[in-house]
Amino acid sequence: MTAVTDREQLAYIAAQAADSRVNVELDTGDMTLNIGPQHPATHGTLRIVAKLDGEQVVSCDPIAGYMHRGYEKLTEVRTYPQVTALVNRIDWLGSFANEVPFILAAEQLMEVEAPPRAQWIRTVLFELARIANISLFLGDMGAQLGAITPVFFAFRDRERVLNQIESATGGRFHPNFDRIGGIKDDLPQGWIDETRSVMTKMRTFCDEMEDLLLGNEIFAARTRGVGVIPGPVAQSYGLSGANLRSSGVDWDLRRDAPSPLVWSELDWKVWTHPDGDSFARFWVRLQEVRESTHMVDQMLDGLPAGPIMAKVPRIIKVPAGEAWVATENPLGEMGYYIVSKGDLVPYRVKIRSASFNNISIVPWVMKGVLVPDIVTILASLYFILGDIDR
Amino acid sequence: MSSSETDEAVEPVEADELRDGLVDAFRAELGDAVVGSHVEPGVDVWIRVTADAWRAAGEFARDRLDCTYFDFLSAIDWMPSPFGRDMDAQEDEASADGDEGAAVMEQGVAGGETRFQLLARVHAPAKGYGLFLKCDVEGDPPTADTWVPVFAGANWHERETAEMFGIDFAGHPNLIKLYLPGAFEGHPLRKDFPLLSRRVKPWPGIVDVEQMPGEDEDEAADAGEGAGS
Amino acid sequence: MIDPTLAVELAYWQQTAIKTLAVMLVIPAGALILGYVFLMKMMAFMQSRLGPMEAGPGGMLQLVADGAKFIQKEDIFPARADRWVFALAPLVVLISTFLIFIVIPVGPDLVVESLDTGIFFALAVSSLSVIGVLMAGWASANKYSLIGGLRAAGQLIAYELPLVLAVVGVVIQAGTLNMQGIVAAQAEGEIFGLGAIGNPFILTQLIGFFVFLVAVQAELTQPPFDMPVAESEIVGGYQVEYTGFRFLFFFMGEFGTAFAFAAIAAVLFLGGWWVPGFDISDNALNWIGPLVMLAKIMLVAFVIFWVRFSFPRFREDQLQAFAWKFLIPLSLFNILATGILKVVF
Repeated sequence: MTAVTDREQLAYIAAQAADSRVNVELDTGDMTLNIGPQHPATHGTLRIVAKLDGEQVVSCDPIAGYMHRGYEKLTEVRTYPQVTALVNRIDWLGSFANEVPFILAAEQLMEVEAPPRAQWIRTVLFELARIANISLFLGDMGAQLGAITPVFFAFRDRERVLNQIESATGGRFHPNFDRIGGIKDDLPQGWIDETRSVMTKMRTFCDEMEDLLLGNEIFAARTRGVGVIPGPVAQSYGLSGANLRSSGVDWDLRRDAPSPLVWSELDWKVWTHPDGDSFARFWVRLQEVRESTHMVDQMLDGLPAGPIMAKVPRIIKVPAGEAWVATENPLGEMGYYIVSKGDLVPYRVKIRSASFNNISIVPWVMKGVLVPDIVTILASLYFILGDIDR
Repeated sequence: MSSSETDEAVEPVEADELRDGLVDAFRAELGDAVVGSHVEPGVDVWIRVTADAWRAAGEFARDRLDCTYFDFLSAIDWMPSPFGRDMDAQEDEASADGDEGAAVMEQGVAGGETRFQLLARVHAPAKGYGLFLKCDVEGDPPTADTWVPVFAGANWHERETAEMFGIDFAGHPNLIKLYLPGAFEGHPLRKDFPLLSRRVKPWPGIVDVEQMPGEDEDEAADAGEGAGS
Repeated sequence: MIDPTLAVELAYWQQTAIKTLAVMLVIPAGALILGYVFLMKMMAFMQSRLGPMEAGPGGMLQLVADGAKFIQKEDIFPARADRWVFALAPLVVLISTFLIFIVIPVGPDLVVESLDTGIFFALAVSSLSVIGVLMAGWASANKYSLIGGLRAAGQLIAYELPLVLAVVGVVIQAGTLNMQGIVAAQAEGEIFGLGAIGNPFILTQLIGFFVFLVAVQAELTQPPFDMPVAESEIVGGYQVEYTGFRFLFFFMGEFGTAFAFAAIAAVLFLGGWWVPGFDISDNALNWIGPLVMLAKIMLVAFVIFWVRFSFPRFREDQLQAFAWKFLIPLSLFNILATGILKVVF
């Protein structure tokens, strides 16, 4: 044992630490940057671990699960109406849209069909959920890129849609309105005219967003050619919704999958874009919001009269079997695979949520991009944490 | 257009033919490996293969049936839950039959022989149809081949299935936990994994039933008390 | 500086004391005015909301309340931070702002020191803030800060050039670097023989004005050039580890510099304290001058802040390309044109 004093030892250790500090700080090759789970850019508690070389990303790994609530386990001990209330909270911005595929799958197993008026109102609320959800995206993508003003307009105009949803269902964010066999209540008086005027205002909002963002050279420079996802790659990862359509794949479940909801009776268009970059994803969603407002107008004109609930027993027991229904939700394709054993509660419910697949492509798409582009690409892929984590 | 208003006579024959044709194509390609199938006319088709042919089935669907779109991959645990339904109040449990959910393991559509079954769905966007693939997995831990070389998106789905059910995917590049923290023990979606909230506080039974549209409150209250069986 | 109305001869130390006091008061006052009017109220109205309404009438005392809040916070140092560098960084930024105000005139006799190298001195000391930013980014011992500091250094240095080149055109036309001389050149100059409103350089140096404003936007690291503090990516950049009164210094530095640059723009391009068309005595101008300057400063600041919340931000490489490939050639062309026209006419 050498006679090194404590003081000398401490001084030595401090010097080593100071040296290593300098080396770590100067070594900009292969730096690990932790984005999240608390970060303004991630829409919730998503953590992205990015290995950087200067400002370029070498590898990028999203770590989800900070908000995992165990939905699939919970559905095994909940009755079908209880599951409906629970399932609102998966994609909380377009909540009504979460209930619909579950209810449709249960109706498929029960061989019950909701009356026409209920189907039409369901579709109206579904499209309103889409408008509410995507209009937030339009403002938020600007905010991620640094344009702090459009997001206020988005929230302001989205309030109008949320007001309509609230006056019909009682809940701004979590309507819990769909029932097996129909819907809970009929529409209030005057709702149809109010909704028509709200749709006009939303079209003005879409024009504003187009002027403010799409027409802006800086926005175009930040998003064009950034995060290009070719069509076949998008399909093999299971991207859905606007992400898939902006890569040139013409696939929209509203048109291509038969459904009791009334999209096939409306005159509307599926928007696609060949580029597959972030600009395309923004552009497609903007057009889809406009298209939705037109669809809502058509539906309000053609709403049939009649009952809103079919004859279903008070206590719902769904016959044994397996059913799958997927719909074109605001975020993408959302589906429920219900396994039933003829009981009050489902045996197993597999929830296929859109953002799960949409974010699984992040390691692939982020190779070699710059740090600012991480935020652009994440913003353009558009996910909701509840949808990823369930 | 829902399944309730279609029966065999009114159903356009093409849908049946299409889905039957898919089953036949699988049988022709994989032969004995196709151990079960089910066609819901006008709705969907399920094909069950052996674990050895799991990856081959995926490749066949992608390359020859144009199913280039990967929807999801998960699993089902067919063992009846040893905790019962967790939906009965203590009083009801005493008077209930008791053989609901007894130790009979019954698999679902397209049959099955093992406790765990893999379930995957793929689409053909160009052709407009989709199909379900099921596969029995056995062993300790239950093992199947990974689908990652077939569909890149299967990566995350297999990670989630592995942590939730304890199924091992041979050949997966990075089979670490997705949702759960690294030190978590157990596999939550297995039926023998308890739902802690129900163990800690038993369910009091259905006490409130929402009024049906057009009913009054007394009927609702009466109906609520007799719930549970 | 002689107080004209009192007509009393003050000793040199008394003059210096008054000047120092004036400059030290003008920074917080300017920051407060700009911050309240533009950052809080104008931005709010443009985003269809009201902004602060509670503190004081119409929310006027909000920034004062914020300042008080910042001052009473705990003085925290990150554990691995370099203490001295960390503490000095905001002071360097603030001092560079103070130094700019030495040469800005607000009246015929109201200038702290009428240096002959006026505008050159102002631009030189304003670029001292780059050192402060680098110090902050380095000393915070935080990867986000480091990235922000590096980005800031690159950006600020890149945009110094268009800033200086834009001013060269003005200097050629005025024939002097002295700020009072530049104001006089605008007051007494003529545009192609018409002397009714003098020669405010915004008219004859429009390109230079445009380049100057863009470069100022970048020097202040405001959107669309706010990569160094891109909030949605690196959460504050080089300022992220600063709290309490040190953050207050950065904040005051940012708005004080905005005030200073707006004042420089008013002097260089809008004619400074001089009011066109009237024949006013020097004495009266000493009283009206500050008000006129304030009005012109508010005008320029309006444009700066309006651009701030309208545009998304440039990516770092696009930002640099914009400076080197567009602004610098443009300002060089402006110098060429100005030189030719000055000689010909």
